Amino acid sequence: MPEPMGFYTDTTVCIGCKACEVACKEWNQLPAANGGVNTLSGDSYDNTRRLDGMHWRHVKFIEQFPEDRKDGRWLLMSDVCKHCVNAACLEVCPTGAIIRTEFDTVVIQSNTCNGCRDCIAACPFGVIDINPVSNTAQKCTLCYDRLQGGLEPACSKACPTRSIQFGTIRELQGRAQKRVEQLHEMGENRAYLYGADDKMLGGLNSFYLLVDKPEVYNLPPDPKLPTRNLVPGSIFAVLGAIVVGLAGIFNFRNRGAGPATSLGAGGEARP
Amino acid sequence: MTGAPSSTWFSAAPHWGWLIVLYFFVGGLAGGSYFLAALIDLFGRRDDRPLAHVGYYIAFPCIALGGALLALDLTRPLRFWHMMIESNTYRPMFKIWSPMSAGVVALLMFGFFTFLSFLAALAEDGRIAWPGLRALRPPGLLGTVVAALGGSAGFYVAGYTGVLLAVTNRPIWSDTPLLGMLFVVSAASTSAALIMLIAHRAGLKTPALADLHRMDDWMLVLELLVVMAVVISLGSVARAWLNVWGVLLLIAIALGVIVPLVLSWRGRQRRQPWSVVTVTSLVLLGGFLLRLVIVFSSDAV
Repeated sequence: MPEPMGFYTDTTVCIGCKACEVACKEWNQLPAANGGVNTLSGDSYDNTRRLDGMHWRHVKFIEQFPEDRKDGRWLLMSDVCKHCVNAACLEVCPTGAIIRTEFDTVVIQSNTCNGCRDCIAACPFGVIDINPVSNTAQKCTLCYDRLQGGLEPACSKACPTRSIQFGTIRELQGRAQKRVEQLHEMGENRAYLYGADDKMLGGLNSFYLLVDKPEVYNLPPDPKLPTRNLVPGSIFAVLGAIVVGLAGIFNFRNRGAGPATSLGAGGEARP
Repeated sequence: MTGAPSSTWFSAAPHWGWLIVLYFFVGGLAGGSYFLAALIDLFGRRDDRPLAHVGYYIAFPCIALGGALLALDLTRPLRFWHMMIESNTYRPMFKIWSPMSAGVVALLMFGFFTFLSFLAALAEDGRIAWPGLRALRPPGLLGTVVAALGGSAGFYVAGYTGVLLAVTNRPIWSDTPLLGMLFVVSAASTSAALIMLIAHRAGLKTPALADLHRMDDWMLVLELLVVMAVVISLGSVARAWLNVWGVLLLIAIALGVIVPLVLSWRGRQRRQPWSVVTVTSLVLLGGFLLRLVIVFSSDAV
């Protein structure tokens, strides 16, 4: 059994080249959006806009400049499926299309998915969407086919600055922790790891080194599993059913006027 | 995204649209109508049996339509059976912690019971020449078991959709645990309204009609309280309704709950018969709009 594998993305060395996006699209044969006609979003250099069924990698461009533009910085981040240890998508999938692989990654089997879209609503990171070619839910597979062949994923292989690093989770966690310490020593005290430990959904097998609040990167500060609402939601629904049921019994048994007539076997009235 | 009131703001919309809104509505009608019919059957009098028939006549077509709507909403509709049978192993597919998976099983069971009761009602009305089918209606043991199990399954079908929405990470839906309760109560009020409307159009006069009307009033009051509880439980997330969807929600509550209650109350005060068609139509419209707002307002975030 292989060790859990994943990505560690050091956003401080990302240069926004989008080589990861291209490599992902090419290896996974993902179609171009809008028939290949490029449309500009007007949001910095980000024309991919978001992760979806056709974009399994998305480089985010966050411009932080004050009004006078004397000081400022770019935050760049290559986003991808987090391959959560406790995966919301896998939890709710009603067809069994979403599986956990021997590498501890999360993969959607396209030949099983029927497009109910429950996983899309369940993912706290907004990673999954329908691929309009296959008409099934799709997302990063962490290049499951390449991993099975002993290769590293296409995006990390293509990354020219080693912003995206691939390896065993244990090794990546150690590497990331050293990098945080290094940045702190250099005076960048805002650096921290997002999702590296097991506090967030049991751990993210694709975790990040960030230098601002998660919300700034469009990441949820406190992602949760959808089943947190299962028990309380069910209890309240049952409570509602009990109230309705009692109201019904009370109303239909307590009509007041007229002699009570109950039904005997066979539907015959009996006095 | 800074300033989001909840971590649910970072998830993506599943684009559950009109088909799902319609399914939530007819599923609620099916579950509620069957439940009310079973109650009338189990606790009512002989004179009330025709009114129970109306509930059974609503439940089966509605749940059949609901199943079709669900399958059509899939982006791969021909794979609908993957929710019932694991396509790789051909074993039954069931995940009790996934409301969608458990809901499919409940739909199948409920569909079975509604079919039995539908046939029994047809037989009792003399539309099917198979008197043996009457045994599927109470008060016999078999009929009582069918009504009790079908009624329970009906409640599940009426309420699981709200729980399903809560078991996501979408704004509004997963920010309150009360949607299941709201859908159950709304299913009861809309179903009572539909049974009354059809009974009125068919010229049925049974003693239980007045009970059904009184119960519908109670359900409308309860629905109003649950909607208020939902808004309170949402806290700062409720600001997602500070737009056209919030206005539509207010319209839904005003038209579907408050106006019918006022009309009903005034009818009693003045001892004048309330307009059945107006009141019941408004309740049905309100129930539909309620589901519409809940489904679409989350997508609008």
